[in-house]
Amino acid sequence: MPELGQIVQKVRSKNAGPFWLTIDIFCGDSAAFDRVVRGLGTDRVAALFRAETSDVKRFDIPSLNVVKFSLPRPAIQGTPEDRDMHGAGWAPLLAEIEIN
Amino acid sequence: MTRILIPSGALGLGYDKEALERGIANAPDLIAIDGGSTDSGPSYLGRGVSKYARSSTKAEWKGLIEARERAGCPLVIGTAGTCGADSTVDWLLEITREILAELGLSARIATLYSQQDAEVLVDALETGKITPLPHAPEISAELLRSCTNIVALAGAEQINAALAGGADIVIAGRTTDTAIIAALPLARGDNAGAAWHAAKIGECGALCATNPQSGVIQIDIDQEGFTVTPLADGAFASPHTVSAHMLYENSDPFMLYEPGGHLDVTHTHYAQLDARSVRVTGSVWHPSDDYTVKLEGACVTGFQTIQIATIRDRRYVENVEAWCADILAKHGAKTCDRLGLLPDDFSVELRIMGISSTLGEIESRKVIPTEVGILAIITAPTQERANEIAKLLNPYLLHHPLTQEEEQPTFAFPFSPAEIDRGASYGFCLNHIRHLSDPMEAFRLEFHDA
Repeated sequence: MPELGQIVQKVRSKNAGPFWLTIDIFCGDSAAFDRVVRGLGTDRVAALFRAETSDVKRFDIPSLNVVKFSLPRPAIQGTPEDRDMHGAGWAPLLAEIEIN
Repeated sequence: MTRILIPSGALGLGYDKEALERGIANAPDLIAIDGGSTDSGPSYLGRGVSKYARSSTKAEWKGLIEARERAGCPLVIGTAGTCGADSTVDWLLEITREILAELGLSARIATLYSQQDAEVLVDALETGKITPLPHAPEISAELLRSCTNIVALAGAEQINAALAGGADIVIAGRTTDTAIIAALPLARGDNAGAAWHAAKIGECGALCATNPQSGVIQIDIDQEGFTVTPLADGAFASPHTVSAHMLYENSDPFMLYEPGGHLDVTHTHYAQLDARSVRVTGSVWHPSDDYTVKLEGACVTGFQTIQIATIRDRRYVENVEAWCADILAKHGAKTCDRLGLLPDDFSVELRIMGISSTLGEIESRKVIPTEVGILAIITAPTQERANEIAKLLNPYLLHHPLTQEEEQPTFAFPFSPAEIDRGASYGFCLNHIRHLSDPMEAFRLEFHDA
């Protein structure tokens, strides 16, 4: 099975303020978008980031061929436990998840 | 119609001078630039200082003050000096006075102060005028008093109060990123949904277009909608680049909450106007009954000392996680013994660079690299104690063997001394809103003729 990053244009993660993290999957075209919508359940994303599925907000946006996830940061930005001030490192982890 | 010229996403990031000239020639009604963000962490608010170099800030601000003079319109900066504390507003005011003197210019300057008095907030908390946002930390009067700086995010009303006072240059403390762009069109009666949506699209400069590093964009807001036009060579806006910008650093791509209401772009229409510009209509502003402003606060969470060692020995690289776990156990026990501490009195982390330092326990792809770096982070209630605990750690990072039987190993250190004091570590400790009876209740405005 291919990895998500191999079938989409770009995966980007950023802070959405100090308490939230947001991840944008730019699928590139509607075929890849449909594949991501079908093949990437919110529960898998939550498990990957060890978050509660109910805390993960999901937006499937066909007009942009984008799937977006937002979730509370596991460590509030800048606390001693936080490893990633800008939330940049989450995208590559998600990009490596296998997808049907 | 109101024309806003936005030189870049933040003062300190640079802007395209030719494109700025084009923008001035187009006779803008206002030049707006953002000066800050929480994105680089809590230390800037905690200390009340700017992230960007003074020299860079001064050079770019000078270019904008000259641009304002030629355009004959107001220049507004929001969240001056990264965090928008009173100290960074005064820092930029001082820089502005220097520039005006050097250029032989005069201007009426407004300074908008967003810093909050802890005792006022304690009263507000006790009377239910401060409420939490989702996933907010618990707060108390004691926590509010322990913050080194607390700011409130001003909206369009406070910026318009500054403009109404005849300011040529507005140096605002903490504002929402969008308020400085939305304010003037709102005051002039343009469409409110268009004004706020235009502001969200424009607040990062040309990030809403191709060639995002080029910076300069122009936004025209009118009674029905707005038009976005990037001004640099090779920069083009398309319905895709503009609508995709609502995703950026935003947890909900269709809603944006601001002081006094929220923006809904669920039914917004984006159309290519010409080769370079996009026309946007159908964005809706929903005013709220209650006027609220978001609060940001930073407090000291401890003092840190760090050390860095690198390991090139293959056997140690292969077993580095066990090696780190053994060191943490032995060093923890020694620290408690030597300093008479309990394990909860301090924290020590060994991050393995090359394997899992970015993601920690959730890292799913681990390979054996050529070498690894060990980033040791010690956090304690005082700097002196953090440094002492780091000194107790050093012999382990230097010589700790995997087994009792082998010869004592030695590892690489890039620095002497190995301990690097980081000073205070800060944390964002508020994710709350304050309810105001009047938009200016939490803000102060001053005018200076320089």
